[in-house]
Amino acid sequence: MNLAVNNQSLVLALGLVMIALAIGWKEKLGIDRDMIIGVVRAVIQLFVVGYLLKYVFRIANIWLTAILILIIIFNAGYNAKQRSGGIPQALPISVGAILISTGVTLGVLMLAGAIKFIPSQMIPISGMIASNSMVAIGLCYRNLNAQFKQERQAVLEKLALGADLKHASRDIVRASIKTGMQPTIDSAKTVGIVSLPGMMSGLIFAGVDPVRAIKYQIMVTFMLMSATSIGSVLACYWAYRGFYNERKQLQVPSN
Amino acid sequence: MVCNDFYAEGALTVSLLTLKNVGYQVGQQQILRDISLNIDAGEWVTFAGPSGGGKSTLARIIASLLSRTSGELTFDGQPIDSYDPIAYRRRVSYSFQQPTLFGETVRDNLAFPYQIRQLPFDSQRAITALEYVGLAGADLDKAVIDLSGGQRQRVALLRNVMIYPEVLILDEVTAGLDAENKAFVWSLIDHFNQDDGITILTITHDQSEITAAKRLVTIVDGQIVPGGAS
Repeated sequence: MNLAVNNQSLVLALGLVMIALAIGWKEKLGIDRDMIIGVVRAVIQLFVVGYLLKYVFRIANIWLTAILILIIIFNAGYNAKQRSGGIPQALPISVGAILISTGVTLGVLMLAGAIKFIPSQMIPISGMIASNSMVAIGLCYRNLNAQFKQERQAVLEKLALGADLKHASRDIVRASIKTGMQPTIDSAKTVGIVSLPGMMSGLIFAGVDPVRAIKYQIMVTFMLMSATSIGSVLACYWAYRGFYNERKQLQVPSN
Repeated sequence: MVCNDFYAEGALTVSLLTLKNVGYQVGQQQILRDISLNIDAGEWVTFAGPSGGGKSTLARIIASLLSRTSGELTFDGQPIDSYDPIAYRRRVSYSFQQPTLFGETVRDNLAFPYQIRQLPFDSQRAITALEYVGLAGADLDKAVIDLSGGQRQRVALLRNVMIYPEVLILDEVTAGLDAENKAFVWSLIDHFNQDDGITILTITHDQSEITAAKRLVTIVDGQIVPGGAS
């Protein structure tokens, strides 16, 4: 293990935050308070999760692991819902889409023998999948809201010609799914040549042979592709109906 | 039942569209109030009146793109709410002022009514229709961005009638067109009404169209002006 992060080096690394704060203050960005809150929250949350994971890994109970995964999924769904801009039923849609995308992806990884149902593997992998799905769904919601406003007349014209809701929304739904998946596709295209992503970097950092580390990264790339595509498709197809009322008329949700 | 006998023998005809005290309110704002009107099959009714008076709102209510907040609206003798909105809009079609053309080519637009009904596209009918409105059959694959304003309006109108509706609502479709295109579109609408028997509801600000109206309904401040309906 090559890692040498101790409490003293963490305190010294806090100097990096000071640089960010100084830039924010000098440029009058008005984000000093947010930065301080962000740093304090990150430190507290990570310490809590560190001790919690240490406990969960030690007792290695299936039910406790499953409950933690569900909590991760619910939190991801709740955060995705916050970006929904008033889309009806956004919480159940987000939680459902993340639950299914995480469940399918984890299931395939387990069936393939890539991971085992043990907390030290399931919890971090679930977190990675759910958070990527969450970001993708958030982007989908933002695009749905923007497009239904921008393309309002085109949607109305399709409805006026007798299109059903799926036909009237098809272009918007497709564009939104694409938007949700785009960051994952872009990062898959540049992985290794622009960035050495989290898991791979972490393993290399911890002294693992880079050739072994890339295999994990390939697995992560595949699983994130699956998670974001399933999450985006489900969320978009469940959410677009919220832009219409029971008489199949367009109604853009109010925030 | 005497009443049913009357209907059966055709002694009493039912208007195609009947509006009874139709109103539309958003929050505290009353956009339309007490609109009562009978429109028979095959009629051509022109709606006129100042901008913001509620004409387009009324047209959208008749097209089922908005729901009235009061009153009754029946189509073919049945309350509008008893129809599936999608099926209804295929019978009562609405064309917008400055229409948006879909996709990339004229074909994408003329094929749309077929796609949504899951019917095979009748390209021969589309070519005949394009030629009828002064475009070439080869224009079927022309990019929509290459069409002039008048051509766009003609393609949009054709899109509404590729599969004939029973009622065609035209919201200021000649606004912004030059005199030649305006006259052409107007003759086209007359053809739909006279030769194809489509009931036409037009909204216009154009004085010559108002003067030529077969039946004129004037709406001011959300109400039909007394004597403004002929």
